[in-house]
Amino acid sequence: MGNMTLEKVCKSFGTVDVIRDVDLQVEDGEFCVFVGPSGCGKSTLLRMIAGLEDITSGDVLIDGEVVNTVPPSKREIAMVFQSYALYPHLNVRDNMGLGLKQARHPRAEVAAAVDRAAKMLDLEKYLNRRPAELSGGQRQRVAIGRAIVRKPKLFLFDEPLSNLDAALRVQTRIEIANLHRELGATMIYVTHDQVEAMTLADRIVVLRDGRIEQIGAPMELYNNPANEFVAGFIGSPKMNFLDAPTLGQPGRSLGIRPEHLTLSREEGQIEGRISHVEQLGGETLIYLRADPHGLITVRLFGEHGAVVDERAFVTPDLTRAFHFGTDGQRLAA
Amino acid sequence: MSARANILRSSAAHAILIAYTILALYPVFLIVINSMKSRRAIFNEPLALPTRETFDLVGFHTVLEQGNFLLYFQNSLIVTLASLFLVLLFGAMAAFALAEYRFRGNLLMGLYLALGIMIPIRLGTVAILEIMVAANLVNTLTSLVLVYTAQGLPLAVFILAEFMRQVSDDLKNAARIDGLSEYRIFFTIALPLVRPALATVAVFTMIPIWNDLWFPLILAPSDATKTLTLGSQIFLGQYVTNWNAVLAALTLAIFPVVVLYLIFSRQLIRGITRGAVK
Repeated sequence: MGNMTLEKVCKSFGTVDVIRDVDLQVEDGEFCVFVGPSGCGKSTLLRMIAGLEDITSGDVLIDGEVVNTVPPSKREIAMVFQSYALYPHLNVRDNMGLGLKQARHPRAEVAAAVDRAAKMLDLEKYLNRRPAELSGGQRQRVAIGRAIVRKPKLFLFDEPLSNLDAALRVQTRIEIANLHRELGATMIYVTHDQVEAMTLADRIVVLRDGRIEQIGAPMELYNNPANEFVAGFIGSPKMNFLDAPTLGQPGRSLGIRPEHLTLSREEGQIEGRISHVEQLGGETLIYLRADPHGLITVRLFGEHGAVVDERAFVTPDLTRAFHFGTDGQRLAA
Repeated sequence: MSARANILRSSAAHAILIAYTILALYPVFLIVINSMKSRRAIFNEPLALPTRETFDLVGFHTVLEQGNFLLYFQNSLIVTLASLFLVLLFGAMAAFALAEYRFRGNLLMGLYLALGIMIPIRLGTVAILEIMVAANLVNTLTSLVLVYTAQGLPLAVFILAEFMRQVSDDLKNAARIDGLSEYRIFFTIALPLVRPALATVAVFTMIPIWNDLWFPLILAPSDATKTLTLGSQIFLGQYVTNWNAVLAALTLAIFPVVVLYLIFSRQLIRGITRGAVK
């Protein structure tokens, strides 16, 4: 199998630094997710691991070997792209088998590997079709199949679900999770969607402006964010950042998740007006405008009636709150 | 917009297009009908269709009997196809490199390659002739192929580079991970995806080469290397012009280009209707 290490990896395009001093260790069999807003360098980092992008300085190691100058095809990796990137002139079978064929594996072995992957992904019926004759979900399964066939040390996924519709995205997400369990392979997955990151990852790497903000298991990041950025990025709906001084709290802002606020019509710590209500059935999201805190999101479980413009009070559960200083870093409790 | 206005608008557009088509095709039509008339009929009624009395294929007879018309035809075809092949091959390769690889001076190189669009190659005729004399290439088809390749490359690189940039990066990267060489990525992935652009460039490149009189006259005027356009000039005299033969030669010269055009335009339409990568 495979592990992967980044040591002081940097990348600049001209004078622009895209990746700055990234250190990371991905263990054998781990599912590691890079997450961050667009432009944070997560895809560039993945491309550098794949060998599609040169490294300005630092080292990339796969299984303990420095692979900085090894071409992508020799790194024993496989990559799944957002746009599927299937060869339009080849049918599904040849698309999946091309990598092994290029590496001069015997024909029977290639066929066996393709059949095994096709069975795993329910693609047996489509093996003789061209990509143009498949739906989006099927194309992404072929792209994943192409990766499996190569038996790589490292699976790299570059936002593989972004082109799928919502229902298919959930289904494919589960398939990828099952695949990880079945193969036990090391996977590195890039996404801007924190839900994907939370549901798939053993470990999440949060990136911003080419730097790692925090590394940790999903619940670790959720319950113990290192700074305001990570706290705001992980969790949906987003964490509320209240004005700490007005509440008599230390630091500049008080981070509190929408589910850790209680709403009342009669009394509470913060007074505001309801500006919007979203009924989702299982839960209700109430948006409240309160100065000087801005828009506060409250998440209530079950169905709750609320009227826009109604006066309401919210009270934060201070035992679940996070305190952030002026530099955005978490204050010691 | 109401349906009525829509019909009005589309019929106006069609009227303009049809008028332009007639304007563009009428001279060609005149050449073809007059090539099949007797000399007297050409001058008496140039606009009339050939009738039973005026129908005469004497022009075609002259053309096929006199001179080495078939040889000229072959020369034209060889020069055009060879130049076309080289322009498309090298043009697409240069375009791929400009679009795909980041290297110092990429932009400058692109501008340098496109410069030829603005400077007519005929300005360099004297120098070209000197080079060809020095290289012992005068009166060879090779000299023409070389000149036409140089003439066609700038526009080809310019147009194809734009299309090469649109070929999905993911696709090329997937191929790199699968271990395909850059040449195979170019030939099996990039080239088929820019086929419509190739067809466009082919049409633009082919027609001026086929019609050119200048370079054949200067570089390859010997009888063995004459092209069709140059060969037809023997019928245009200072005092007497054999119009039947000239018109017949022109009529015959139209066909190969039409055939090539049909081949490329089929590609063009197929390329447009086939849909994108995804």
